[in-house]
This record gives sequence, C-alpha cells and structure tokens, in this order.
Amino acid sequence: MGKTFAEKILSLKSGRDVCAGDLVTVTPDYCISHENCASISQTFAKLADRVWDPNKIVITLDHTVPAPTADYANNHAIIRHFVKEQGIPNFYDMNRHGGICHQIMCQEAYSAPGRLIVGTDSHTCTSGAMGAFAVGIGRSEMASVWACGEIWLKVPETIRVYVTGALRCGASAKDFILYLVARLGAGGASYKCIEFCGPGIADFSIAERMTICNMGVEMDAKAAVCKPDEKVFAALKAREICGIQPVWADEDAVYCETIEISLADIVPAVAKPDRVDHYAPVDSLGPTAIDQAFLGACTNGRLEDLRIAARILRGRQVAVRTIVMPASCKVLEDALREGIVADLVAAGCTLMPPGCGPCVGACGGVLADGEVCIASSNRNFPGRMGSKKAKIYLASPATVAASALAGEITAWKPEEEA
Amino acid sequence: MTGRVIKYADNVSTDAIIAGKYTKTLDFQELAAHAMEDLDPHFHEKLTQRNIIAAGHYFGCGSSREQAPIALRTAGVACILAKDFSRIFFRNAINVGLCIAECDTDLIDDGDEITYVPGDGKVVNHTKSMEIPVLGLPQIMVDILEAGGLQPYLKSRNGSMEE
Amino acid sequence: MRGMTIAEKILSAHSGKAVYAGDIAFCHIDKMMAHDANGPIAVRAFQQMGGSRVANPEGLYIIMDHACPAPYERIANLQKMMREFAHAQGATFYEAGEGVCHQLMVERGHVHAGELVLGTDSHTCTYGAVGAFATGVGATDMGAALLTGKSWFRVPQTIRINLNGTLRSCCTAKDIILTVIGRLTAAGANYRSLEFYGEYLEKCPLADRMTICNMVVEMGAKCGFTCLPTWEIQADADADYSRVLDVNLDEIVPSVAKPHMVDNYAPVSEVAGTKIHTAFLGSCTNGRIEDLRAAERFLKGKQIAHGVRLIVTPASRGVFLQALQEGIVAELTKAGAVFFTPGCGACVGTHGGVPADGEVAISTANRNFQGRMGNSRAFIYLASPETVAVSCLTGYITDPRGMEGGSR
Repeated sequence: MGKTFAEKILSLKSGRDVCAGDLVTVTPDYCISHENCASISQTFAKLADRVWDPNKIVITLDHTVPAPTADYANNHAIIRHFVKEQGIPNFYDMNRHGGICHQIMCQEAYSAPGRLIVGTDSHTCTSGAMGAFAVGIGRSEMASVWACGEIWLKVPETIRVYVTGALRCGASAKDFILYLVARLGAGGASYKCIEFCGPGIADFSIAERMTICNMGVEMDAKAAVCKPDEKVFAALKAREICGIQPVWADEDAVYCETIEISLADIVPAVAKPDRVDHYAPVDSLGPTAIDQAFLGACTNGRLEDLRIAARILRGRQVAVRTIVMPASCKVLEDALREGIVADLVAAGCTLMPPGCGPCVGACGGVLADGEVCIASSNRNFPGRMGSKKAKIYLASPATVAASALAGEITAWKPEEEA
Repeated sequence: MTGRVIKYADNVSTDAIIAGKYTKTLDFQELAAHAMEDLDPHFHEKLTQRNIIAAGHYFGCGSSREQAPIALRTAGVACILAKDFSRIFFRNAINVGLCIAECDTDLIDDGDEITYVPGDGKVVNHTKSMEIPVLGLPQIMVDILEAGGLQPYLKSRNGSMEE
Repeated sequence: MRGMTIAEKILSAHSGKAVYAGDIAFCHIDKMMAHDANGPIAVRAFQQMGGSRVANPEGLYIIMDHACPAPYERIANLQKMMREFAHAQGATFYEAGEGVCHQLMVERGHVHAGELVLGTDSHTCTYGAVGAFATGVGATDMGAALLTGKSWFRVPQTIRINLNGTLRSCCTAKDIILTVIGRLTAAGANYRSLEFYGEYLEKCPLADRMTICNMVVEMGAKCGFTCLPTWEIQADADADYSRVLDVNLDEIVPSVAKPHMVDNYAPVSEVAGTKIHTAFLGSCTNGRIEDLRAAERFLKGKQIAHGVRLIVTPASRGVFLQALQEGIVAELTKAGAVFFTPGCGACVGTHGGVPADGEVAISTANRNFQGRMGNSRAFIYLASPETVAVSCLTGYITDPRGMEGGSR
C-alpha cells in the first residue's frame, strides 16, 4: 500500500515502516525557537548541561525586536548568553541577518525537502513550502529535544489538496488559503497533515507556498507541505545545498480526505473578525471603514508581498495608518535595492524593523478599542493585535494595499488601473 | 502641615520619579504605584509613616511630564522641600496643588519631624528645634497653590488667567 | 527704555507691555504643541476646567511620537483619544510614524522667529533654533493655555554664550552643547534663557542649531536661541545678561555625557575603550539627515562590531525618505543597523530598543538619567552621531578623530 508524505518521511526518520496512527521516535534535522528560547533554556537547565547538537538548533529574535521593555531586553540577554554558552552557531540576533523565524528557516534553507523540523511556534508549518515536515511543539517538549535529540510523534493522517487552474488577476495565494481554511474549518485538519500538490501549486512561487503552508495550523494541521520541485531545488542550490533527497507521497497513498480546488474559482477574500474561517469574498462585504492596515508577518511579509503593495501604492497616498514590516532583514535589503521601501514610505506607509510586530501585539502597531484593521497576517482572534474590542480582517497584500488607499476594505482591481 | 521627612540626594530626575514607560496613562493610582520605583524600593513603605520629601539640589530635573508631581501627590506626598527644583517640575507641582518649597535642606535629615505652612516663609524642624527660612513664591503661584492648583484657580476666575 | 534680551522682547510683545527679567507676564501664545505622552493629561485638564473649544485651533499641533506605532493597548487608546480630540478641535494632527514633534514643528514650518510657543515636552526649546521663544510646560499649564490661549511667565534672566573660533574635524554641534552643559552644569541655567552667538551659527546647518537649542533644557533653561543676524528679532546691544560665557570652538573635542547625568562631562578620549552593547542614532537632538549622513560616512562598506546593536530612528518621515533616496538607509542596513519607525524611539524607553540590565548604551539623544531608556540598570553615554558611529564599528567608545570618515 502506498504511503503519504507524512508516513514516508516518518518511516525514513524512524527507520521503521509506519502508517498513520503509529507512534515514532525521531531526531529532528533542525529545531527552531525564538524569544521563548529564554524560557526553554531554563527548563533545559533542569534536564541537561549541554544541548545534544548545537548545529541543529536555530534561534531567532523576532517577536520583540527592538526590545520594547527592560524585561524583553533581559530576555534577549538570557538568549544571547545561552547561545554563546552552548556554542549555537545558527543564531539570528537583531541585525542584518535577522528576521521572523519561519522566514529565516526557508530563506536560509534550513528547511529542505525530506527534512524534519520542529519549532516552538505554531507557524513552524511554514517550512512545508520547502518540502519539509515541520511541526510546531511546546516549550517543555523543545527543552527535552535539546537535551536528548529525540521527539515522539504520532504519524498523522493526511488530507490531500489537489490544486488546478490559474489565479485570476487580483486574486492571490492568500485568497486561496483563506478559502481553504473556511472550507475545512478552523479545526478541520486537527492532528492531520495537509499535502498540497497539482499544477496550481507548481505554478506558485516559494513565497506563495509559504503563505499557504503558514496557515495550515489555522486549520489545526500538524504539518502542511507543498510538493517540492525545481523551484525549491534552485533555491537550495543558490544556498549551495546539494544532495537533498526529496520525499513525497506515493501515487497510491491513502488519504483521509481529498479536495480538488481550481484557482480560477478563487476571488479576493477576507477572514472576518473574530475567526480565521469567517470567510467572505471582499466584494460581498458592505462598506467597511478601517483605521489601520498591516502588511507583514510570516504569512505575507516577503519581497513579493511588498512588491505588489508598492505597485498599488506607488505615487499615491494611503488614507489610514499603514504599517509595513518586512519578514526579514534580507527582504528589507532587497526591497531597499528595488526602491520599494522608498515608494511605500513616500505613499505614507510606516516601516517597522523586520520581525513579528503588530501580528503578536507585543511591540508596535497595537490597536485601540473599537478600531478596525486589515492585516496580511494569519490570526484575527479578539485581542490578537491589542485591544479585545478591535476588529481584524485578514486579507492578501493586494487587498491590504488597496484598502489602505481607500480607507475601507476594497479589493485590488488591476483592470481598473489607468 | 506637619509630618516626618523622607530624605533624598541631589538631582532626582523625572525619570526616577516616574519612568517614561509608566507615564502613558490617565490612571493616577497607577502612576502613584510606580513612583520612585527605581530610586527607592521602600518609598511606599516609608510613606505609611512619613509624608514630606526633602531633597538636595535640582529636584525634578528632566522631562516636562506632569505625571511626576501627580505620581508623588497621589502616592500621598504632602510636601516637597529641596534646595532648588527644576523649573518645569516646580511649576507642575504648584499646578497640581502639590505643596513645594525651596529651603536649605542640609538642615533636615531623614526622619525629622517638620512643619511647613505655605506663606509662613519658614519650615520648622521640630526634631532639631530650628526654623529654616523658605524662598518666597511669586503671588500668582501662591494664589494657584491656595486655590488647590491651576484647575480650581482658573475655574474660580471664570477661565481667565489674569485678574 | 532699557535694552532687552530676546526673551524679554518676545514676552513683552506677547503681553502688551515692557517686561524685564523677574517680572510676571501674561502672554498670548502663538503656537501650542501636545504629544501622545503628556497630551492626554493636558486634554483632560482642559476638559476638567470646563473647556469645550480650544482658544486657537489654528495654532494647535497634536503629534503622535513618543510610542509609535503604539506598542501596547493603553497607548493605542490614548493616541485614539488625541486623534479624536485633534479632529474635533480642528487642530493639525500628525499620525504615529510622521516623526518627532520638534522635528515636525520646525521641518513643516510651524514655528517662526519672534513667536511664543508652548509644548507638553521639555525639548520644546528646540524651536529657539529658528528664533521662537519655545518652552516645555506640564499638562495643566497646557490645559489652561488651550482654554485661554494664554499663559503666565516669570520673565527669565539671560545668559549669553559666545561661540568663538572654528570647530575642528569630527567635532560637532553636539560636542559644543555637551561641553557647554559640562561647564554650566545641569542646573546652571535653571529658569534662564540662553542666547548663543557666533559666526559658527551662521555657517552651520539648521540641524546643528537645533541640536544646540534642543539641549538647553538639560541645563534647566526655559528657552534658548542660536541667534542669527538675519532674524527680525534681535537682542538690544545694551541688553542685560546675568552671565556671559565664552566658548572657544577650536578647543572643542569629541565629548560624552557619562552616566547618569547630562553634565557628567568627559572628552571621548577619557572614556575610550568602554565596551558598548547598544547604540541609538536618532531623537530630536540628532535624528536629522545631516546626522544620518555623518553616520553613513563612517559605516559605509563596513560592518558594525559583533555583539553591538545599532538602532537608527530618523527624526521624521521626511528625513527617512531623504535617507532612502540618498541610499543611506541601504548602506546603514548593510552595515548592520536596524531602522526603527520615525519618532522618539529608544530615547524615551517606551519601546524600540530598551537595553538589558548592565548593558552600556551610546546614544545621540539628550538624556542619560538612570532609567531613561527603559532600564534603570543600564548605563547611557550621550555623544555625537560621529562618535556613536565609530563606536559601533569598534564595539567600544571610540574617538572619531583619526577614523576614516571625516568631517561634516
């Protein structure tokens, strides 16, 4: 009987022939943590003196940079000390190499086809865009992985999403995943892995695949993965990473569910407050005034996202507070080189340093009571970006930019541009 | 007013009185809770027995933040004596009705019992049995202080600054 | 009639009678500025005094700069309150991310020579760079001024400071004012006005005059003027000065204010070698394009030292845009700097780069009190953009003289 991606990779990593429902003990290829490294390091100290393999641990500072309080600053200092003490080479401090952990994992090619990644952040699943099996775990679990280099996992069942067709102009990968989240529901992929494949996925860039896999966890998926192809291998080659053995599902794998979606059916959409599966096509919304727009996050803070926003905003003026936050310093440097940052700032956008920023409500761009925000991020629970009385609509970068211009939620209509 | 003294040194800055990170609020109780936090961790404990601050030179130097005198007043400080004050703090204190005066605080030690009545021109140090002359205020400041601050002062004059 | 200082002239013109140092003057206020940190209490004071309409909305500027974009909910709500107040009153409003209030007031041409300006910020004195009597007030004074359009002043005595000679290479306006503060001390100009004179002021850019005026409050001054012969307002030749201080610019060297007082002066050479952890380039003191250019000259094509964090916060969107267009942002980013949203940033310790316990910060800002940057266990050295830039390169406080980069 054929195996799914999850079954194959976990068989490979465990050295046993396993199927959905089996338990395996495996060694991750990489572990990723961010500011919660400080807390993990304290738990770790009760388990062991030295991490099992410093080269396998990646740490970024992204949730609270630059530090907004002394407590956060001290937290950063604890992490810097831990990294030095343990000799962890893959540390991304607040400097020209830094950025959001998931962006760093893909951009720096820690994530690669056939690799097993665990991370102390729910959006660790983003690395599925590179063909990795990437799972978000808790802090205690990570402390134990650091100590012994192993983690037990239950082999998940898999939902196969087969994507055909081409996006219509104005629609995006974000609109696709918002649609899928609504179709499966916010808990619709609980404990499962989602495999994305088909010609529609092959047409997507790695950036777009990251947007899609990123939101796998919004359906409660354990992992989400796109079929790796020459785009991924080209990216690896650019980082001088060779000899990667891709892993993918067998033709006759058994799925708990198969969904086929044509991209031609995807329209610009939002997730309305206060649930991520509260789907609505933008054109179906009544007039919805906004107070703030946010372009960024591990979902949509990449060069491609900034590019589309700059295309829409160039030479114009935003009508509301518009915060732009590149997903990494590399994204920022590329955007600076292309003149995108200058265009966005001239249009009235406010640039924040690369990181998570307003998405986690911890340092900048927090909403006041009753305010409405359109955001390119991945969560719109009450209080996610500050006040519990604020309303968050999730949308694509194009919708965020068009809405920032209009002061109300509006889809980008490229055909109407002069 | 009569009370016992909490003594501080020179150059107590507005950042020491209330750190910038706490100033963004309209909740004066919260300002009070963080008053003198870094300078003196026992400040609130001391305030249960004492209510007068005596300090050296240049008390309140730095920011124009009125949160500084508000925090001290709300915490229960009845009066501040110093050799001299920073200009903006001095004016802010009067404006929020916090009694404040310049005198030779070398003659006042931590724990001394003193009496000061605004307008008397002197502080009486009961512990040391001495009178310490106090620098006079411009009449308008005396009026504002007597009214209980700039708000009641203006109200009593139907919103007019001048006579 | 007795000769008058600039402060006496401006307060006389705004009170309708001749007033001299020591007099109490009731003055009409031309411009008022309130920001997100102290403005909300001023608005509440105004309302509690029974105010509904401000006396002079055309002269009112409300600026979100102290915590931008809002780092937490309470600030977001206060900014919302200020935004709504500004719109209801018809005041000019600057949104979070536009820049530091003092930079915007000058850059956008809101203040002029001879005007009388109040702001809810001690560094309002910065506008003396363009000849305005500008002073920081507390929230209740501002509330009263919003209501009545007036305020009362005790006319300050004036100290005259003559800047003679020529600055040497790598020495800046910041080094001048740090030196003057060191000499006059932190309380040395309390209640006073300062008038700076000298050929230097006619040659230096407005940015440098702003740096000097910005820090007069660090000596307690009510206001300060970097006087130009072209201003309409001039002190009389027989004006009465309480003190005259001569400063020889040829003797100015790269300088710092050591922790934790701004008058804790030292030449950089004396503290050279002190290890730094974080550096801040920005603030109303030194966040202008000239300051960013100066940093770029030293950092272009290089990398800041491992373990040092450099945060650059342009003073305004205009400065940021200019820096983007000149390629400065790209160069500094490549060198390892992190650009933060235009505003007060790390200077006020509310967000944007708070140091950790025991860390040493070198900063182009204007205050180094314990706790100023959000952590009372950190140590802050104040210095020029040049000194901050070269210190980032080495990781230690470093004298910019002799380093590759040169003069402004």
